[in-house]
Amino acid sequence: MINKSIKELSRMLRSGQVSSLELAQEYLKRIDKLNPEINAFVTVDPELTLSQAKHADILISKGHQNPLTGIPIAQKDIFVAKGWKTTCGSKMLENFIGPYDAGVIEKFDNAGAVNLGKTNMDEFAMGSSNETSYFGKVKNPWDRDRVPGGSSGGSAAAVAARLCVAATGTDTGGSIRQPASLCGLSGLKPTYGTVSRYGMIAFASSLDQAGPMARSCEDMALMMNVMGGFDERDSTSLNRPVEDYSRDLNKPLQGLRIGLPKEYFGEGLDTGVDQVIQQSISEFRKLGAEFVDISLPNTKLSIPVYYVLAPAEASSNLSRFDGVRYGYRAPEYNDLIDMYCKTRAQGFGAEVKRRILIGTYVLSAGYYDAYYLKAQQIRRLIAQDFINAFEECDIILGPTAPSTAFKTGEKADDPVAMYLQDIYTIAVNLAGLPGMSIPAGFAGNLPVGLQIIGNYFDESRMLNVGHAYQQVTDWHSRMPEGI
Amino acid sequence: MQWEVVIGLETHTQLKTKSKIFSGASTAFGAEPNTQACEVSIALPGVLPVLNKEAVKCAIKFALAVDAEIAPRSIFARKNYFYPDLPKGYQISQYELPVVSKGTLRIQVADYEKTINITRAHLEEDAGKSLHETHEGMSGIDLNRAGTPLLEIVTEPDMRSAAEAVAYAKKLHELVQWIGICDGNMQEGSFRCDVNVSVRPKGTEKLGTRREIKNLNSFKYMQQAIEFETQWQIETLEDGGTIHQATVLFNPDTGETRAMRSKEEANDYRYFPDPDLLPLVITDKEIEIARSEMPELPEEMKTRFERSYHLSPYDAASLTSSRSVADYFLTTVDGCGGEPKLAANWVMGSVAAKLNEEGKSIGDSPVSPLQLAGLLKRIIDNTLSSKMAKEVFDGMWSGEGDADSIIEKRGLKQVTDIGAIEAIIDEVLAANAPMVGEWKAGKEKAFNALVGQAMKASKGKANPTQVNEILKKKLSAS
Repeated sequence: MINKSIKELSRMLRSGQVSSLELAQEYLKRIDKLNPEINAFVTVDPELTLSQAKHADILISKGHQNPLTGIPIAQKDIFVAKGWKTTCGSKMLENFIGPYDAGVIEKFDNAGAVNLGKTNMDEFAMGSSNETSYFGKVKNPWDRDRVPGGSSGGSAAAVAARLCVAATGTDTGGSIRQPASLCGLSGLKPTYGTVSRYGMIAFASSLDQAGPMARSCEDMALMMNVMGGFDERDSTSLNRPVEDYSRDLNKPLQGLRIGLPKEYFGEGLDTGVDQVIQQSISEFRKLGAEFVDISLPNTKLSIPVYYVLAPAEASSNLSRFDGVRYGYRAPEYNDLIDMYCKTRAQGFGAEVKRRILIGTYVLSAGYYDAYYLKAQQIRRLIAQDFINAFEECDIILGPTAPSTAFKTGEKADDPVAMYLQDIYTIAVNLAGLPGMSIPAGFAGNLPVGLQIIGNYFDESRMLNVGHAYQQVTDWHSRMPEGI
Repeated sequence: MQWEVVIGLETHTQLKTKSKIFSGASTAFGAEPNTQACEVSIALPGVLPVLNKEAVKCAIKFALAVDAEIAPRSIFARKNYFYPDLPKGYQISQYELPVVSKGTLRIQVADYEKTINITRAHLEEDAGKSLHETHEGMSGIDLNRAGTPLLEIVTEPDMRSAAEAVAYAKKLHELVQWIGICDGNMQEGSFRCDVNVSVRPKGTEKLGTRREIKNLNSFKYMQQAIEFETQWQIETLEDGGTIHQATVLFNPDTGETRAMRSKEEANDYRYFPDPDLLPLVITDKEIEIARSEMPELPEEMKTRFERSYHLSPYDAASLTSSRSVADYFLTTVDGCGGEPKLAANWVMGSVAAKLNEEGKSIGDSPVSPLQLAGLLKRIIDNTLSSKMAKEVFDGMWSGEGDADSIIEKRGLKQVTDIGAIEAIIDEVLAANAPMVGEWKAGKEKAFNALVGQAMKASKGKANPTQVNEILKKKLSAS
């Protein structure tokens, strides 16, 4: 049961082989058993979950057609959900109960999906290992001494340990793709503007984008059919026709031109990871794809550019956490300024404070031109690299992360080493392009993710490429031991 | 030494939209604290701004009214600072690329006219309010106002006296109400002025160091504050001191300005483009739509009054001094069947005098323009003499009803029947033979006395013009 696809489960629900209530109870039992060790969920609320499941059973009995109806999923704790604790992994929001529903939450509710709970994450989505969460580290189900990646590490671990069928994540610099890679599952960051950001607690507004994390591309397509679409409450949401992301899943790959950027296969890439990627390239050749060598010359600038722009936006986005209206407030203070200082000093963790400091610095008078403006200029060059590359190929392929899951604590004191985890993923956010990671094998018993980057709005084709691969491989169906 | 004061104004104009600039919450004034604060107004985690197009239309209308440039593409920026009444920790404003730039406003000061250059006008959101009186030992925050749309209108340092500054502020105040983008209520903070003041030796070019007088919400205070500040700066410099750039507040009780904070400790606002909002793009079509909704502007209307109504420039200016006066006048003209000169005399005469006496604005006039028109009709058709009309007007003012019913009630109908007037005059001539003799002897005064007698005999109801004519005829014939 726990390794079934959304499509299979949906068929079972419809035929009455299982009820949504039974499914939800089964998964809640698993969470009860495994979560104390893995710490993938920060909030479970069986009462809320089971009432949703009962409602879903009614919908199914009335013939409700959405494939997600009655399917138990998990929501990253970055989405505000009415009646649910919404912490964003921070002490700042430890006791914050969502007073309204995020656009994404609303869409899953309307589809009749069942929310099993809120998943752990790096504090305010700042991190690549899930070690910055105020609610404790998340363990990688493949090796519990290792990190699951981040910032959507809770969602990744939850799907990998089959504590839910699928989950939502958000990706600002790789936060869906890198944990998907490290936990052996499929994760998609759509084109910027495809999924509503309304109610998704902002880290870096011009980069943040929500997407699905699931076992397979087929499941992700079904998730995207629910998540995607225009939301007038988000001014950066794109008003485009509704898409069926499943429509191209079974297209043949004959003649597909796949670009291999030389910058993604050089120094810094783990040899074990490289070998897995090379094997996947042969698989795609067998499927009829052609390969072209391409170059993304400004790749090396993406990390410095990102670490100017993302903290700049974050420093401003996080100003609302000031202890005045909601969230944490320091218990003792002398005056207003002291209240601000103590609240924010006590309420935010070290990584969040580091980025607020960087962001405040780069926006300051006298530094703005040299940092923020310059970074914006380079951001356009990076986007142009991709536009040029897509003249020569249909899709870009490479590793998602430079290595497999690393040991907990290994990079915790070395922010730059941690930031390099996102070397292959960040440019995609800077360009606003869709990017995806799918499991492609193992290096030293740890999952390796293959990254597929598409042109703007090419999610259907990317899912098609991933699905074709998942028809001839079984990496995506592998499960860690002991779950 | 002769000194010259240099003044520039920044005016925060609250735009008269139903909902806030970046959310659907209401902008109505005076509600219970925090009852008009939606999730966006209180900056809950995850909420996002969506621009209210009505606020943009207001900005376009203002640009059209001051003949300014409208940016086809402008940018919303975040102005970052911490304050409890600023829920997001930043204000969404416009910085490098404002929506409106390079406009002009013509002002009239005493006996001369002058053009004031408007540097820019940009859209931004208002902050909430801190309430320091409501909770003992604590401060309350009311976020009803947070997110109310503002158009901040900034001038060049073009003004050279408090009088010019006040004339500009008054003209702007009237204009934004005239074009319907602001309710102009200064007590409620709908129109707030910051005044930058500096002084320099007369004849020199270089600007002195300025101090900014914040949040003036009456023209009287503005005049007093500028006068005090100017004098203070001159005295400071003459005593060998220097002026430091600062923000100052005006205290109406003492009539003094005092520094609130010096600019050295001012915030670095870390402006940057708001990534939650797209650039504001204004199309020619949007401009045309706004233009089609624009009322006739005061200058245009003034010219029309002079040309078509043959009013004097002074009368035309007075009647277009505010939208409410102009509307009152135009409704009166229409209602009485088109006697603009008569209507002008009454609006600027009896109506203005009464309003002035009772400290009322024209919007609160007990006599509506249509009621006034009803009175004018009876003057035009000779039912009433001007003296009788005044009496009817007083009756209308004290709420006795329309002109016709007062005329009826008081029996004020003017006698215009020639036969009736002739009969009265015959009686008067018979009873006052000595006076007729005096007239014949060449005493002109006697004629007026006879008119007086005739009017008295008719109890004031005879038409004086007719009395004059008939009397003259009869005397000459006798």
